[in-house]
Amino acid sequence: MLRPYFAIMFLMLISILFAVVTVALSHLLGPKKTTKVKSDPYECGVTTIGPTWERIPIKFYIIAMLFLVFDVEAVFIYPWAVIFKRLSLFGFIEMMIFIIVLFLGLIYVWKKGALKWE
Amino acid sequence: MLFFVVETVIKTIVVFGVFLLFCAYLTLAERKILGHIQVRIGPNRVGPWGLLQPIADGLKALFKEEVVPERSDKVLFIIAPMISVSMALCLMAVIPFGDHITLFGKKINLVIANSEIGLLYLFAFASLADYGVVIGGWSSYNKYGLLGGLRAAAQMISYEIALGLSCVGVIMISGSLNLVDIVKAQAGGHWNVIYQPIAFIFYIICALAEINRTPFDMPEAESELACGYNIEYSSMKFSLFFIGEYAHLMIVAAVATTLFLGGWHGPYLPSVVWFLIKTFLIVFFFMWQRGTFPRLRYDRIMMLGWKVLLPLTLANIFVTGLVMVLAR
Repeated sequence: MLRPYFAIMFLMLISILFAVVTVALSHLLGPKKTTKVKSDPYECGVTTIGPTWERIPIKFYIIAMLFLVFDVEAVFIYPWAVIFKRLSLFGFIEMMIFIIVLFLGLIYVWKKGALKWE
Repeated sequence: MLFFVVETVIKTIVVFGVFLLFCAYLTLAERKILGHIQVRIGPNRVGPWGLLQPIADGLKALFKEEVVPERSDKVLFIIAPMISVSMALCLMAVIPFGDHITLFGKKINLVIANSEIGLLYLFAFASLADYGVVIGGWSSYNKYGLLGGLRAAAQMISYEIALGLSCVGVIMISGSLNLVDIVKAQAGGHWNVIYQPIAFIFYIICALAEINRTPFDMPEAESELACGYNIEYSSMKFSLFFIGEYAHLMIVAAVATTLFLGGWHGPYLPSVVWFLIKTFLIVFFFMWQRGTFPRLRYDRIMMLGWKVLLPLTLANIFVTGLVMVLAR
């Protein structure tokens, strides 16, 4: 039962080890000549103006929230799709009602202009 | 039990090594293919036909100075490429790359983890790989990097929904999330692409956007963002982002093969060979795209994801369900 997870854990272990070891190796092997100019932000030779970590456009938050709603929808559809053959017409209609409700939500968001990028 | 542990460890290490090798040589393949598309030769100096080029690149990256920007968030800056590459490499765990083989009288399945929730695992880890991109862009304290990271994150999550929903039709037909079962359900030429052709097209489009490739390579738009989220990265950390990207590319192609193109099924040749042929055909298709199409504008990309692909994938689920209910 838990056997696949042993394999996945082992693979994760090797992958993380690979990433850590290569970065550590390059840290050990590479030259280290830090200068002020080198550690400045790279903006094609122009000195950077103003702080970078400022407020982020609200668009991205809206997209992230929409993502949560619709990704949960997708995850909810998955188990339904697995046993779809055993569910009869009833299961189909129920899921379509669920999808239509969320689709109306999408249309609402759409009409509100949340998907508009200018 | 002991046999199982030894088998899993050996299998995992071998597959991991081969997979990394493929990722390294995909960089060469991409440069060669793009070169020939643009009537150039591509790399040809290191070894015959440039075959040693990936190794030379790797060694070079290893011996380069790593620059950590002064004002960056240093811990996150170092962790970001590690997340990106390790999560992308973890993805191969559930991909069945062949039928079983018999070694020393024991049957060995050619899949690392025969998990019941394989497809869900894939999407979960593909989402985790996004963190590497957005953390990398944010932590480097660079305006281009920040913009690239944010764009990449918004684009990836937008297309992830459509990507997930485009696979639902396949799950409905196969009745399983287990990728091995999905492949077995396609035996005898009943490839899912025949029953779900539209879902296959949606999958390919979403996959291109998910792995940030042309025509959706907005996050690293060279002409306006210099390099996007990995602008401040150098030496091995830069390479790790690239290995992660190519690993993701190959996984996406392998999943397309598994879900739609019958996985390792095929006549005459061994199953592993069939799997690799199909996977690399799709990889070649992705590279071909890069040599052919210009970049889309960012607002158009987001519009395509939310206003076109999402409703159409939902409609595809509806039609698939309707046909299956009526055909019963």
